Amino acid sequence: MISPRLLRRRIRSVESTAKITKAMEMIATAKMKRAQEQALAGRPYSDKIGQIISDLAIESERAGSLHPLLEKRDIKRIAIVHITTDRGLCGGLNANMNRLTANFILEQSVPVTLVAIGRKGRDFMMRYKHDVRAEFTKISDRPTLLETLPISHIIIDDYTSGYIDMVYLAYTQFITTMTQRPTLEPLLPVEPATIPKTETTEYIYEPDPVFVLGELLPRFVEMKVYHAIREAIASEQSARMVAMRNATDNANEVVSDLTLTLNKARQEMITKELLDITGGVEVLH
Amino acid sequence: MATLRLEIITAERQVFADDVNVVVAPGIEGELGILPHHAPLMTTLKPGELLIRKDGEETYLAVSGGFLEIRPDKVIILADACERAEEIDITRAEEAKRRAEEGLKTHPQGVDMARAQAALLRSLIRLRIAERRRRKSRPS
Repeated sequence: MISPRLLRRRIRSVESTAKITKAMEMIATAKMKRAQEQALAGRPYSDKIGQIISDLAIESERAGSLHPLLEKRDIKRIAIVHITTDRGLCGGLNANMNRLTANFILEQSVPVTLVAIGRKGRDFMMRYKHDVRAEFTKISDRPTLLETLPISHIIIDDYTSGYIDMVYLAYTQFITTMTQRPTLEPLLPVEPATIPKTETTEYIYEPDPVFVLGELLPRFVEMKVYHAIREAIASEQSARMVAMRNATDNANEVVSDLTLTLNKARQEMITKELLDITGGVEVLH
Repeated sequence: MATLRLEIITAERQVFADDVNVVVAPGIEGELGILPHHAPLMTTLKPGELLIRKDGEETYLAVSGGFLEIRPDKVIILADACERAEEIDITRAEEAKRRAEEGLKTHPQGVDMARAQAALLRSLIRLRIAERRRRKSRPS
């Protein structure tokens, strides 16, 4: 039998753990709401810009000049923008993301270089001796586009200079509060979505389509990276909220189990004491 | 009066969406006045002031570059950054202007020069828009 004193101590400790996880859950819930709104707020811009690019890509092909960011080359080196979180306690989120990227790297026959965003992913990739070309940590919970520009510019510069020939974007896609899906999708070269001919409009381009496309493509990449980071943040907060809720539930269960054991132990002790007393009284008689 | 649908979107949020009468935007080839039933057009914007007129009321916004698309059904502006007059932080804009001017004094070369000039331009536009609003709100 465990002593009641030890049991009480255990209960107190688990109770305070539950309080902490409960607080973390509430923080994550508040942050999650904002992050989800933000992730959704960026969608009109991203849809729009993608549509214009499809329109323009046709035009520029007609003009016979191909923008460097559209150009497909022989792949000699791949880069992956790997987005994870800085902090833990968010369930399997980072583990899943790391696994997906790591498996992908193993399948490649050409060297892969990484741009790691978030401490968890960077540490993982360093530990397994992958080539980390750049790292970005301590991205705020509500990043501005400006904050993420250095990331997209590294990618664009490396791509234009020919150091890398293909870029993937690896991030945790936010689906619902309960589900977040690790995704790995191609970012560069930009693949214009094919749209049915009937939906295109004949535009006047000022000054000309090639110029407008040249301005638009880097924006598109910046926006994609920015959007992926915002999705990843929404996923992180949702995953943390769920993980912390489970932790709180677990802790409460442990507390009730322990309380039961404690009560049993106490009763047993009382019974034993009573037996002792009655035994003692009997001896006196 | 005929109206056109105007939507202003940045990567971060939707700034503006309403039916308006006239839009004057700082196109790369010069100021661009848009009335309802304009032909489809696609152009880039340079940093400048955006004027919106609705029922005789004028609204100014600061844009720092972006794209303008005129479609048969609406006009869409994809801005890099866009602020309404009331959102402009005057002290911050003044601070940015001072910093940019200081940067220019050292006569930087190449990219640094262009960057300082662009920063100066952006802060001047913001200040001008904020100033307009102040003048309007004060009864003359």
